[in-house]
Amino acid sequence: MTGLGRNPVITLLAATGIVGSLFFADGVVASETGGDPEKGTKVFARECGTCHKVGPEARNGIGPHLNGLFGRRAGSLEGFRYSKAMREAGENGLVWEFETLDLFIENPRSVVKGTRMSYRGLKDADKRRHLLAFLRQFSDNPRDIPEAAPTLPEGPGFQVPESVLKMEGDPAYGEYLASECFTCHSKDGSDNGISPIIGWPPEDFVVALYAYKTGYRKHPVMEMIARSLGDEEIAALAAYLATLQPSE
Amino acid sequence: MTINRRHFLGAAAATAAVAGAPAIAGQAKPKVVVIGGGPGGATVARYVAKDSKGAIDVTLVEPTRKYYTCFFSNLYLGGLRDLASIGHTYGNLAAKYGINIVHDYAVGVDRDKKTVTLASGSVLPYDRLVLSPGIDFIKGSVPGWDVSAQNEMPHAYKAGSQTELLRAQIDAMPKGGVFAMVAPPNPYRCPPGPYERVSMVAFRLKQINPTAKIMIFDPKPKFSKMALFQEGWQNHYSGMIEWIGPDFGGDKVEVRPDAMEVVVDGEVNKVDVCNVIPAMRNGRICDIAGVSDGRWSPVVPATLQSRMDENIHVLGDSAAQGDMPKSGFSANSQAKVCAMAIRHALLGDKAFPPKFANTCWSALAECDGVKVGATYKATPEKIAKVTGFISKTGEPADVRCQTYKEAWGWYDSITQDMFG
Repeated sequence: MTGLGRNPVITLLAATGIVGSLFFADGVVASETGGDPEKGTKVFARECGTCHKVGPEARNGIGPHLNGLFGRRAGSLEGFRYSKAMREAGENGLVWEFETLDLFIENPRSVVKGTRMSYRGLKDADKRRHLLAFLRQFSDNPRDIPEAAPTLPEGPGFQVPESVLKMEGDPAYGEYLASECFTCHSKDGSDNGISPIIGWPPEDFVVALYAYKTGYRKHPVMEMIARSLGDEEIAALAAYLATLQPSE
Repeated sequence: MTINRRHFLGAAAATAAVAGAPAIAGQAKPKVVVIGGGPGGATVARYVAKDSKGAIDVTLVEPTRKYYTCFFSNLYLGGLRDLASIGHTYGNLAAKYGINIVHDYAVGVDRDKKTVTLASGSVLPYDRLVLSPGIDFIKGSVPGWDVSAQNEMPHAYKAGSQTELLRAQIDAMPKGGVFAMVAPPNPYRCPPGPYERVSMVAFRLKQINPTAKIMIFDPKPKFSKMALFQEGWQNHYSGMIEWIGPDFGGDKVEVRPDAMEVVVDGEVNKVDVCNVIPAMRNGRICDIAGVSDGRWSPVVPATLQSRMDENIHVLGDSAAQGDMPKSGFSANSQAKVCAMAIRHALLGDKAFPPKFANTCWSALAECDGVKVGATYKATPEKIAKVTGFISKTGEPADVRCQTYKEAWGWYDSITQDMFG
C-alpha cells in the first residue's frame, strides 16, 4: 500500500478536509457546503445516467432508481434484484449517507465486494461531492421530515489527536501485539477476503483504527478491537506493521 | 439602567470597528425591536437584554397578554395538561430584564427610516428589527374553509381559544361520532404536530367515547415519525384511526363547514368535529416589511439576517433558513444565535460560531413518548442538517415513558428560557 488514494478513510479525510469552519469578524461563517448540485447534474449524466434514473418519473432500470436514496438501507429497494453481496451489506447495517456513498462511489468493490454494479469508481473527490449534492435533492427534506438524512457531509466524525499522530511507536511492542491481528489478516499482505494491513504509512493506520474506535467506520469486530487498544498500542502496531512489505 | 465598564468599552471599541452602527455614535442606546412573543421573539428579546446588561434598549411587541404555547397544546386536548399550565405572561421579561413589553399589533415597517408603526399609531425606532411572527394561513388552500369558518371547523394551530374550542367539540362528540382532521401540506409548523394531535385526541376519546372514529385526510404520502405513530396507534387505539393519504384522495379535500361535511375526491363524509389545518406561510408582517420571497423569508444562516435587509432578522417559522423544521425548539435555538449576532453588530461583543439544534418530542399516549432530533450548522447557503437521531419502533415501555417525562422537563426549561 503506497498512495493515500488506496485508503478510503484517508481519502475521505482529504475530501472533506475543509470541514473546519472559518469565523470572520463580521459574524459570517464560511464553511464546507458539500458540493454544487448543478455541477453534479453533469457528473450524474456522464457517470451514472446510463444505468440509474432519478427524479419524479424515475423507475428501476439496469440499476435501481435513486429517489429517496439517502437514509436508505443498502439493497433494500422493493422490486429491484440486487446482488447477494449488496443485500448482505444492507443486512449488516450499510445505510446510504454522504460518507458511505462517497466511499462506495470512489471504489465500489472496496465497500461492497461482489456488487454487480460494473463501475470502476470515481476518483475525483470534488466530482463526487457535486454528484452527491445533486442526488441529495431527491431524498426527503429534513425541514419537513426532521429524521431525514443530513444534507451536509458530517466530515470526519472523529478526530485523531495530533499527539497520537506524532507518537513514535515501539516496533517490538507492535510485533507482540500484531500476533492478534494475524489471526485474521494475512501476514504476507495478500487479500484473503479480509483487508491486508501491512506496509501502511503509520499515520494512515492510526487514522483507520481511530475511525473504527469511534464507530465512524463500521465493522463489529474491528470496532471492538480498536476500542480495546490504547494510543500507545496503536502507535506501536502502526510502527511495526509499516516495516512489513507485501511479498510479490 | 447603568452601563457597566465591560460594555462601555465594548461599545467604544465597536464604534471604532463596526461600520453602520450609527446609534452608538451618539449617546442613545441602540434599539432592538422584536415583533412576536413566541419561542423566537421572547427568547431573542430576553437574550439580547440579559447579555447586553442594559446596553441595548429592547422592545417586544406582542398582541396577546397571555401567550399559550403551541407545543404541549395537544396534551391539553388529550386531557394530560390543563390550559393554564401552557399559558405564560411577559411580567418577568419586563421586571427582571427591563424589556419594554408592548401589547399591540405591528402594522407598518419603514425600512429607510428604520421604524415600526403599531396599530395604536405609535412609532418605534430601531437599529435592529427582529420579526418572529410565526405562521399565517394560505387563503383558499382548503376549498370551503377560511378563517370565518374557524368556529365551526377550528384550526387550533395557534394555541389559546382555538385549542379550547377544539377540546370542547371533542368532548361534546356524540357516541361513536367522527373526528376528522385535514392535515397540511409541507412545509408547516411542527412536522409531527398533527399526528401527535391525533394521538392525543384518540387518547381522550378512548376514555370518554371509545367507539368514536378518527379520520385524517392528508395531502402528503409520508410524514415525520410515520412508522412510530402508526405503531403507537396500533398499540393504543387499534381500529380507531384511519389515515387517508394522497393515494386515496387525501390531497383532494373540500370542506362544508355549515353542513359539517368533508368531501374527499367527490365522496361526502359526514363528520362531528373537523380540525382543518390549512397550508401555511410566513406572518403578514414579513410582507409588510418587504422581506418575503414567495411564502417565506430567506435569511443569512449564520445571523438570521434577512437576505433583503441587513437590519432586519427573521426567526422561527417565518424564516426560510434551510433544513431546520419549523418548531418552537428551532425558533428558540435560532433566537440565541440571532441575539449573539445582534450584540456583535451593535456592541461589538464577541460572536462565536453559530450552533443550532432541534428536538421534537411527541406523546403517543400517557407515558409513551417518542422523539426526533438533529444538530445543524450554518453554511453560506442554508442551515444544514449535520447529524440526528430518532426513537426506534418497538422500544420498551420504560424507554418510552422516560422520553415522555423528558418532554415535560423540556417544557419547563424552554418556557423558562423564553419568559425568564
